[in-house]
Amino acid sequence: MSNDLTISRRAVLAGTGALIFSFSASPLPAQDAAAPPSASPPAPPLPGSLKQFPYLDSWIRIDAGGSITVCTGKAELGQGIKTALSQIAAEQLDADFDKVEIITADTALTPNEGYTAGSHSLQDSGTAILHAAAQVRQILIAEAAKRAAMPPERMQTQRAAVIAPDGRRFGYGDLVSAALLHVQAAPQSPLKAPSDYNIMGQAQQRIDIPAKVTGGAAYVQDLRPDGMVHGRVVRPPSYGATLTDVDAAAIEKMPGVVKVVRDGSFLGVIAEREFQAVEAMRALAAAAHWQETAKLPDGAALPALLLGLPSQDTAVFDQHGPAPGNGKTLSATYTRPYVSHGSIGPSCAVARFDGDALTVWTHTQGVYPDRDAIAEMLRMPKEKVRLTHAEGSGCYGHNGADDAAADAAVLARALPGRPVRVQWTREQEHAWEPYGPAMVVKVSASLDATGRKIADWDYGVWSNTHSMRPGGAGALLAAQSLAQPFTPPPPKPIPMPEGGGDRNSIPLYKFPSARVVSRFLPTMPVRVSALRALGGYMNVFCIESFMDELALAAGADPVEFRLQHLDDPRARDAVSTAAKNFGWPGKAAPGHGNGFAFARYKNLAAYCAIACEVEVDRESGRARMVRAVAAVDSGQVVNPDGIKNQIEGAILQSTSWTLFENVTFDHRRITSVDWASYPILRFSDVPDAVDVHVIDRPGTPFLGSGEAGQGPAAAAVANAIANATGKRFRDLPISRQRIKTAIGV
Amino acid sequence: MLEGGTQRQAGLDMRALRFALVLCLLLAVAVGVYVFAAGPPAIDPITPPAAASFDPAVVKRGAILAAIGDCDTCHTAPGGRAFAGAVAIPTPFGTIFSTNITPDAATGIGAWSEAAFQRAMRKGVRRDGAYLYPAFPYDHFTQVSDDDNRALYAFLMTRAPVHATVPANTLSFPFNHRTVMAGWNLLFLSPGPSNVYATMDAGTARGLYLVEGLGHCGACHTPRNFLGAEKFGDALAGAEVEGWTAYALDASSPAAVPWTAAALYRYLRDGFEEHHGVARGPMAEVVANLRAAPEEDVRAIATYIAGQSTKAGAQKQASQQVAVQARRGEAVAAASADSQANRASVGSSDGGEGAVIYAAACAGCHEGPRAMPYGGIDLALSSAITGPNADNLVTIVIDGLPAVAGIRSPIMPAFGNVIDDGQVAGLAKYLRGRFTDKGSWSDIEKSVRDARGSGRAVTVSSTRMDQR
Amino acid sequence: MKLDINNRQHDVDVDPRTPLLYVLRDDLKLNAAKFGCGLGQCGACTVLVDGKPVFSCVTPLALLAGKKITTVEGLGTTDNPAPIQRAFIEEQAAQCGYCIAGMIMRAQALLLGNPHADDAEIRAWLEPNLCRCGTHMRILRAVRRAQELIKTAQTGAAG
Repeated sequence: MSNDLTISRRAVLAGTGALIFSFSASPLPAQDAAAPPSASPPAPPLPGSLKQFPYLDSWIRIDAGGSITVCTGKAELGQGIKTALSQIAAEQLDADFDKVEIITADTALTPNEGYTAGSHSLQDSGTAILHAAAQVRQILIAEAAKRAAMPPERMQTQRAAVIAPDGRRFGYGDLVSAALLHVQAAPQSPLKAPSDYNIMGQAQQRIDIPAKVTGGAAYVQDLRPDGMVHGRVVRPPSYGATLTDVDAAAIEKMPGVVKVVRDGSFLGVIAEREFQAVEAMRALAAAAHWQETAKLPDGAALPALLLGLPSQDTAVFDQHGPAPGNGKTLSATYTRPYVSHGSIGPSCAVARFDGDALTVWTHTQGVYPDRDAIAEMLRMPKEKVRLTHAEGSGCYGHNGADDAAADAAVLARALPGRPVRVQWTREQEHAWEPYGPAMVVKVSASLDATGRKIADWDYGVWSNTHSMRPGGAGALLAAQSLAQPFTPPPPKPIPMPEGGGDRNSIPLYKFPSARVVSRFLPTMPVRVSALRALGGYMNVFCIESFMDELALAAGADPVEFRLQHLDDPRARDAVSTAAKNFGWPGKAAPGHGNGFAFARYKNLAAYCAIACEVEVDRESGRARMVRAVAAVDSGQVVNPDGIKNQIEGAILQSTSWTLFENVTFDHRRITSVDWASYPILRFSDVPDAVDVHVIDRPGTPFLGSGEAGQGPAAAAVANAIANATGKRFRDLPISRQRIKTAIGV
Repeated sequence: MLEGGTQRQAGLDMRALRFALVLCLLLAVAVGVYVFAAGPPAIDPITPPAAASFDPAVVKRGAILAAIGDCDTCHTAPGGRAFAGAVAIPTPFGTIFSTNITPDAATGIGAWSEAAFQRAMRKGVRRDGAYLYPAFPYDHFTQVSDDDNRALYAFLMTRAPVHATVPANTLSFPFNHRTVMAGWNLLFLSPGPSNVYATMDAGTARGLYLVEGLGHCGACHTPRNFLGAEKFGDALAGAEVEGWTAYALDASSPAAVPWTAAALYRYLRDGFEEHHGVARGPMAEVVANLRAAPEEDVRAIATYIAGQSTKAGAQKQASQQVAVQARRGEAVAAASADSQANRASVGSSDGGEGAVIYAAACAGCHEGPRAMPYGGIDLALSSAITGPNADNLVTIVIDGLPAVAGIRSPIMPAFGNVIDDGQVAGLAKYLRGRFTDKGSWSDIEKSVRDARGSGRAVTVSSTRMDQR
Repeated sequence: MKLDINNRQHDVDVDPRTPLLYVLRDDLKLNAAKFGCGLGQCGACTVLVDGKPVFSCVTPLALLAGKKITTVEGLGTTDNPAPIQRAFIEEQAAQCGYCIAGMIMRAQALLLGNPHADDAEIRAWLEPNLCRCGTHMRILRAVRRAQELIKTAQTGAAG
């Protein structure tokens, strides 16, 4: 019953046959990676994460019993990645979907694919597995052909076996031998023709859902290794506060308390039972005295503050066309507050320290980087620290996961031999997670002489970094508060084309002249890091709101206006598909409005267009999305229902961000620390209908869609509210108070 | 138990007798009015004026007045269209459904001229001449000035018209005959506006005007006689309304820390006050609406009401403050680490099950480190504990404070699905004993019975922290 | 004290002030009810007590003597799911799934008490429970599908 996740993995790995795998989840040796200069032309780069991990058995393992195991360095975050990657492997291997097992991010078992972020999982890991599986199938065919003394072209595969023309059947398990798959991938893969797919592209029920709806062990919270104790931490009342004094003697005597752990300003407690730990934590918090030093900005004056901070400016796009026309010029400033990830489950981790080795089960998005950071914090060799991903509540970016893992590690070190489970409180998650940064955008544009098209576009975005992920022990809260503390690393921008604050700041539209300047702000008044879509949410909200403002000035229909400036045929297709299925432009009922928005995430990933209808209550200013229609082009579709689920979720989550959410603080402390003070969307604000149309592009590369909907949904809502009220809202959130103030009586 | 029942029965009989007598009187008066004076005349219908025909400044003033008058609380159904009515208002005489006051000509007040509106506010008479029921508090609105009525009219006539018929009232005989109200009006309506305002300083006059007139505070806070009229001489002495206790605002206020004008202002402005708690139930709607009111009006209301409640003098205030501080110290001590055992012993020795429930289910928030309004109030300060009966406490325990969608608001979980009636009563008894020096409540069990399944809304106002 | 959980009697030796959630998760090793806030604000910990939805994170054992507690584990299994569980699987009504056990239990209480609830009633009923992934449309569809599954089963049984 305890430790189900570990046991099931071990069982998978043990397999039934005698075959021992060499561990291949190590990157290419340096001499291979940096190939010496040679006369022959360089081979084309391997696809996806095969670039870094070219050995096929890093990705696909088959044991003598025929069990197929797929390994990915990416983590299941509720986005359905286990299912999609299994579909890809099963398809290319010609195996039954339900016979494929999958192992996700684990520093002892899987390739180092960095973070599960940026909608990269299918692009990186999916592509690697696609090609690795196809090449494994080819190798198995060759092996069977050799044994059957037949030409490989005449061999067929089905249901995890190679079938000879004479009907002889070679199970994959019979074909593999120790080194057969321990070979580097070839640049070319014998991929199946998309028309032959019968697993990829089909709606596949997710493999993780049955356990989640029946109380199976599905989350890190469900781990109960033998001897486990319960840890809780006491965080300071504000950023950077130092623990001046705590009399823990009474707490140590409380029932069940095993240990109070203090190291500098790090304060935690371990107890035998969970509620004992909770009560001890409360008592410890009451007994602790802190010196507070934080000075938080005035939330109401945040945009002015950001604009006044020193910035590092980069022109990320600069194109000078013919002299701009003499049409109308519009200018606007848009703002976004700090936004919380707001995971429904506060962060949790389990750690066990055994003399010289540490194991941490965590829902981090990056087991390897977090492993490195924890090893640095504890001054341990990396090899002695293992991080295993276990699912948590949805994170939507860098929430408290890494910090909770570090907390568990510090507490476990203080109690060797016993697994320590650390569960953050709701208030800790809300107050200490690194928020999506506040941002400001200033944009102006001129129409050309016809007054129908945009001639000139000038866009600037002010933002902190969008990634303070570890990255070094200094990124971890626990490490920052130890007696020998680690300092957070200096914040860095994420370079384009992916971008951080400037992600999606370059419009996909074609304008004769355009400048986009990214103004990176190194000074961080509030703890921030990656929140789903990063700057893409804000930039798409701004660009797409402003496109509507310009369309209005041009007297054009917003969809027509976009199409006039859009030459990418897939972009046009997404726009047209959403418009058509929505019934654009339609006629909105009194008090209702329709809005449209489009973006290609990062200008590199999925295309997503959204049309929506919003109703606005004139008396209260309350806005509610009535219905939304989306069209998404994610390239080759693996699990269409998975894409629909992601886009539906994006629309609702983004609606919540856009209408309701902002992190609040006073001059010293974060004040939005639970669902009362940080309200999010509830069922009464859920639309009547959300309809997602998936545009399949067979045979084309996977385009991540996990973050494609957030930006367009925000702008579609804002545009619909503008359509309903005649007022333009440029400050997020578009709260009912702001709407009521703008529309007056 | 039996005795109690008998007493109640006897009380009912007495009331029934008096009721019958006065009914006869009412009927006689009404018939008299009908025969000799005839009812009020109908006022001719008009074509709804265009919204643009109203001065926007007047409309804006009307919006503020409508907020002070709390019109939407009764005239907008939860989840329904604004001002379209159909809110069920339970009365001892049956259920009255609020009317559609949008400018729809057929089902709303679109065909009402300003004169018709002025008359309804002043005299409680419909455009067609029929009498309105005082569930519409025209006994207060009669004080509203012509000028304010003009602004209210402009505001309402510029709302979105909603074509919606409201359900028919379900009043018992003889109240299902509107003519009866002629008698009621003769007995209980003193038509305004009063000329008393002229004799006062401006601030007091404004406070009285808002409290007694448009704000109609007495509609909830003043006890009513058996014919549903506010008792003369008992203004703001506290009353029961729709299952809630509207606390006394006069000298008999149960507040542990006496209200001051400043505290009342904060409460009315922000939806909570650190020494009194969070506005809840119907009062939540009032404070939510008052956010639209100008600061000086809210101050005038607060000052006037505080003037009523502090007539008792400073002595009571001082002694109460000391007592509260003592209890508060106790509560803080209970939250500290070394009192864990102490708290448990409270549970086992003198408080019984109620003490255990409090320690386990309530103390985490109500003795926690978090400040109002999101942290629970120190129960020593709560009028729900010091009040005249357990109604509000029991309602809150059973129904909690649900989240207000999309807005920052205090949340308290509802315990009604897991706590049984005996446990609620035990908890209430324990809290009353632990946090007050007042005697125990007499009929907690009735409070529990009434609160169960009442389906009353326990909304909480959004707070001022919520402006952005 | 004795607890009736999923139709089985359990004897637990725990401080009666302990919230039910910790007893379910730690003592009985039942995974479904989740810690989401510990404040009764999100519904991830929802279980049924005598058929009614209750936040187990703020419900002390002291309130539970003699009452019947039902968790997701008491509805059905992966191999033999209850209609509401089957409906959630068929509608693929989860992303991270952390809120789902609570949603299922609240929905189950509705199916028991008001099996023919219409869409507006379902939405109002689910209001106390939060989902952050934005799976609401699927959750609503799953509840409606569960109503259908139950109706079909009853019709089948009757016929």
